[in-house]
Amino acid sequence: MTWFILRRCGAAVMVLLLGSVLIFLGVRALPGDPAVVMAGEDASPALVAAIREEYGLDQPLPVQYVEYLRQTLSGNLGRSTQDQLPVTTILAQRLPVTLELTVLAMVVAITVGVLAGVVAAVRRGRFADYLATGFGLAGLSVPHFWLGLLAILLFSVTLRWLPASGYVPFTEDPAGNLQRMVLPTLVLGMGFAAVLMRQTRSAMLGALSADYIRTARSKGLAERAVVGVHALRNSLTTVVTVLGLQLGALISGAVVTEQIFVIPGFGKLTVDAVLTRNYPVIQAVVLVTVTAYVVINLLVDIAYALLNPRIRLSGASHG
Amino acid sequence: MSLLDVTDLTVGFDTEDGHVHAVKGISFSLEEGEILALCGESGCGKTVTAMAVPRLLPPQTTRLSGSIRLDGRELTTLPEPLMRQVRGKEVSVVFQEPMTSLNPSFTVGFQIAEVLRRHENLSRAAARNRAAELLELVGIPAPAQRIKEYPHQLSGGMRQRVMIAIAVACSPRVLIADEPTTALDVTIQAGVLDVFRDLRDRLGTAIILITHDLGVVADIADRAVVMYAGRAAEQAPVEELFARPRHPYTLGLMKALPAAAVTGPAGRRRLAEIPGMVPSPLADLDGCAFHARCPQRQDDCLAARPPLVRHGPAHLAACFHPGHSGEQP
Repeated sequence: MTWFILRRCGAAVMVLLLGSVLIFLGVRALPGDPAVVMAGEDASPALVAAIREEYGLDQPLPVQYVEYLRQTLSGNLGRSTQDQLPVTTILAQRLPVTLELTVLAMVVAITVGVLAGVVAAVRRGRFADYLATGFGLAGLSVPHFWLGLLAILLFSVTLRWLPASGYVPFTEDPAGNLQRMVLPTLVLGMGFAAVLMRQTRSAMLGALSADYIRTARSKGLAERAVVGVHALRNSLTTVVTVLGLQLGALISGAVVTEQIFVIPGFGKLTVDAVLTRNYPVIQAVVLVTVTAYVVINLLVDIAYALLNPRIRLSGASHG
Repeated sequence: MSLLDVTDLTVGFDTEDGHVHAVKGISFSLEEGEILALCGESGCGKTVTAMAVPRLLPPQTTRLSGSIRLDGRELTTLPEPLMRQVRGKEVSVVFQEPMTSLNPSFTVGFQIAEVLRRHENLSRAAARNRAAELLELVGIPAPAQRIKEYPHQLSGGMRQRVMIAIAVACSPRVLIADEPTTALDVTIQAGVLDVFRDLRDRLGTAIILITHDLGVVADIADRAVVMYAGRAAEQAPVEELFARPRHPYTLGLMKALPAAAVTGPAGRRRLAEIPGMVPSPLADLDGCAFHARCPQRQDDCLAARPPLVRHGPAHLAACFHPGHSGEQP
């Protein structure tokens, strides 16, 4: 198991390095000159050249990359070209907001999705199944931004139950924070709950028709144990896979959701940075996203091994 | 009163193609310590008959009538919570597929201990110790290590022994073994049959052995019910059945045994076969279901269904024109 984890970590580092090259090149392939943006449209060529030199933009690309990597590894992500704040400071402000939103949305998605999927599979062809499947179809088809607008219209404008937008840090006002997080969390979480529900349902249907379920029943176990222990355990591999894939999508979903609910998170930062060709911020944002993907996939792989003894034990014997 | 009395059991299934008659009125009894073979070819209803006893057939689509009594207690109408106390404790099952009948995500120790904790109220540690003892009982070496292993680490024969260990964990009165040796190599088959014999001798377990292999029947069973198209064609103690088979279907099965192969013109030995196909379970004929394939058929076979008639002290056969007593297969 230790070997398995070490090997996976090694692979993750390779992916991150490759990712950093792509990020570096990708940003430079964007149309527009950041030096011109910083200096202003009417700036003199001399000023633009000075800015280029200051940020090292006049150096050859490989030199720029090595410098970029060296700075990144030492924790220096540069300064924002907009307000000269260190990028790490900006990330420290924005990341927790998005992290809270995605974690809450994930909790909602897992709870609702897995539960609804299990119920739908057990009650296959009955009312609860149709209800869950219908909810799943709706959750997949309805786009976040539209659902978000409808939710604001219903819960904030008409019923006046919840605030329509804004953000208060949890440390300042826990109740106010959670109150403002309810709608974005539900809007972001529901789509993923729908995906998880469908996958859980089909995995559970497969598991419930397996021979070992008949064995479990022949032992005289209660349905609760047959479904909750024997079938669910074997469905979890599928659920974890989908979860890993969806967590990535959850990050991009957060971008849209943050725009609708005016939440000063990572998503809004990304959009603003791209619009202003803020190289250091774009690089940092993408790097954080890539790292998040890689770490999530690493966790999924480890979760796989924990859930499936065949993966875990083959990892041990092949070293 | 026998240990298990099955009387006029009828089982049908609602399917998209209509109602399937799987078992059409079968009766048999099982004594303590007896090994009864239910035999016949695929689709004859032997598995359905046996799975009806612990009520392991899908409840939504199954239509069942008749009576199944265990120690005089009617099982067909027993409420589900009480039935769960019967399953695994008084009636347990060894399934056909050892490769898929164990849960791949749990250790074999857990899967054996689970049934002990359910019925015997054992603590986790006590159940684990007992699980190791059971593995030893079914002939698995180094049981203390094996209980920590997962099904995929064991061979087919080992897995089937684990299934047997689960089935006998709570010393059941009746053990149902559904083709327990079919998926195994011949060398391992004999070992598994020995385990059954041993259990019967040690614990007095009555065994219903479902098989299409008459060799297995001859090897281990005390009595056999030969089924055809959902009904009993013949029923007799095994020695009597092999010495004096009365039903043409039983005779055909015996001729199909490799030992009975006929030497052909080129010196090659050829297995005998029963021509034709099993009738569709969607329809039920008025006459004898075996009529179309029977070498001894006559006009009256189609007119009415032959009832089970006594041909000896414990020998029943359902045929108007049975083979003569003393005829060798």
